[in-house]
Amino acid sequence: MTPELLIGSITLFVLSIFLGFELITKVPAMLHTPLMSGANAISGISVVGALIGANVAYDGGETLVSGLLAFLAIVLAMINVIGGFAVTNRMLNMIAGKNKRKED
Amino acid sequence: MIFSEWVSIGYLISASLFILGLKKLGHPRTAPAGNQLGAMGMLVAVLTTVADMHLEGGAQWTLIISGILVGSAIGYIMAVKVEMTGMPELVALFNGFGGAASALVALSESWKYIENEELLLPSGLELEVLMVAAGLSALVGWMTLTGSILAMFKLKGGIEIFGKWFRTPTWGPSWLNYVKVSLTFAVLALIYLSISDPRDQEILFAIILISSVLGIIIVLPIGGADMPVVVSLLNSFSGIAAAFTGFIIGNSVLIVAGSLVGASGLILTFIMCKAMNRTLPDVLFKSFGGAEKETLTRTKVGSDAEEVAMMVDGAQKVIIVPGYGMAVSQCQHQVKEFADLLEERFQTEVKYAIHPVAGRMPGHMNVLLAEANVPYDQLIEMEEINPEFPECDMAVVIGANDTCNPAARSGEGPLAGMPIIDADKARTVVIIKRSLSVGYAGVDNDLFYEDKTMMLFGDGKKMMNELNSAIKDL
Repeated sequence: MTPELLIGSITLFVLSIFLGFELITKVPAMLHTPLMSGANAISGISVVGALIGANVAYDGGETLVSGLLAFLAIVLAMINVIGGFAVTNRMLNMIAGKNKRKED
Repeated sequence: MIFSEWVSIGYLISASLFILGLKKLGHPRTAPAGNQLGAMGMLVAVLTTVADMHLEGGAQWTLIISGILVGSAIGYIMAVKVEMTGMPELVALFNGFGGAASALVALSESWKYIENEELLLPSGLELEVLMVAAGLSALVGWMTLTGSILAMFKLKGGIEIFGKWFRTPTWGPSWLNYVKVSLTFAVLALIYLSISDPRDQEILFAIILISSVLGIIIVLPIGGADMPVVVSLLNSFSGIAAAFTGFIIGNSVLIVAGSLVGASGLILTFIMCKAMNRTLPDVLFKSFGGAEKETLTRTKVGSDAEEVAMMVDGAQKVIIVPGYGMAVSQCQHQVKEFADLLEERFQTEVKYAIHPVAGRMPGHMNVLLAEANVPYDQLIEMEEINPEFPECDMAVVIGANDTCNPAARSGEGPLAGMPIIDADKARTVVIIKRSLSVGYAGVDNDLFYEDKTMMLFGDGKKMMNELNSAIKDL
């Protein structure tokens, strides 16, 4: 990581934190659980790191410990991602179903 | 490197989708779309990554696809099978997996240099960034994993080993706080050491071990009503872990998405603390709600459904106070039926009093009642509904205990200072509960023994059914 890239990354990091604070200042209590669960699914983004790690570690066709670790990371991150979005969707469908009936 | 520009654009799209998704998740009408946008962002990120690998020199397809398929299948099955009561535990568990995934990526990056002596280590700033980011990712990631798993068992209330049920302990003398601080500094020192000796396995394992222990001793002293706050905080941690992992591999989408989750999770944590009239340091460093359970010395004669039905007849205003018991017995539909019956037969005004931490997670009651098609405008938050209790004919408490325990006002004991629903100020109180036993915080509830209180002992669903048929028979 070059100094320029590092500064760029730190900039992204700090700005995203500010953005995260601003994004959810006013959320009705009813949505707290789905929001937590949805945000949690997004934190499964480490699947991208796991994919890159696994690919590099397996390069050359050799089974390496670091590759196995990254493979395990892919599995865990995907459980987090798919499970998280699916369970959030389930919660939100209940709320949305009710809203629709109210509008009728 | 012509494709690397495309990768950056792909990640930019993905990050934008995450931002829009999180934003839309905060409004009831747009929330489902927000969740879908988040999922799309994830899809774009994964596709971009895989496409880049393929174009840049070949992807390990078997490995990638099998990993994705196995993880997706497990996650999907868990999400679809879970009962709505088990949802908070599941979120905690998923969260732990997310933290572990980040920590494993960090470990994998460090391990490359340990198992391949010929692999040239980066030098200077590059090495420092790698080791510091890998160390911090490990610290936060492993801590999130062990903390989340313990939080999951705490939410369940115990753990079953070979058919025997063990209660999850809550233990935290004040000296434990010094241990937490010392261990954190120990990890930071080890990270510093690892910069000068990046191939040292022992440092690596020590970091993992200490971080895992830290996760456990941070969650161990926290009990009772504070558990949702902890899960939310751990959710924030798992985002931060992902962001640190982004620094290791120099990946923008990991940094953006991770820090977004870290920040929004922290805000949600503060919102919850505020609702409970507590501060985050209090939650983390003062053991709460986990003291010895009080032993019951009093008794109360139970009432029956007919008696309650007669009392309901003629009530002008009834406030329903749901709690975790409603979630356990899955009786939200019966509760809705009860409310409909009252409105139809006696033109009673029915409202629901929602304590911010009723159930095991904020919004838990809202989700359950929404499932039963209770109109959103009848769900009133605690501060707004509390002034209405003195003029309310009947408060119907369904499986709630600590959230309406007047002991919280006394300023003593584990519940001290927690704002409560003023159900005891209603003219009559009906409590549906399996027994007089103490709630999650382990404190006996004076409300049960008051003269104006009628106890309906039994499972929530069974008692609500009896009550509904008693009203129909009137």
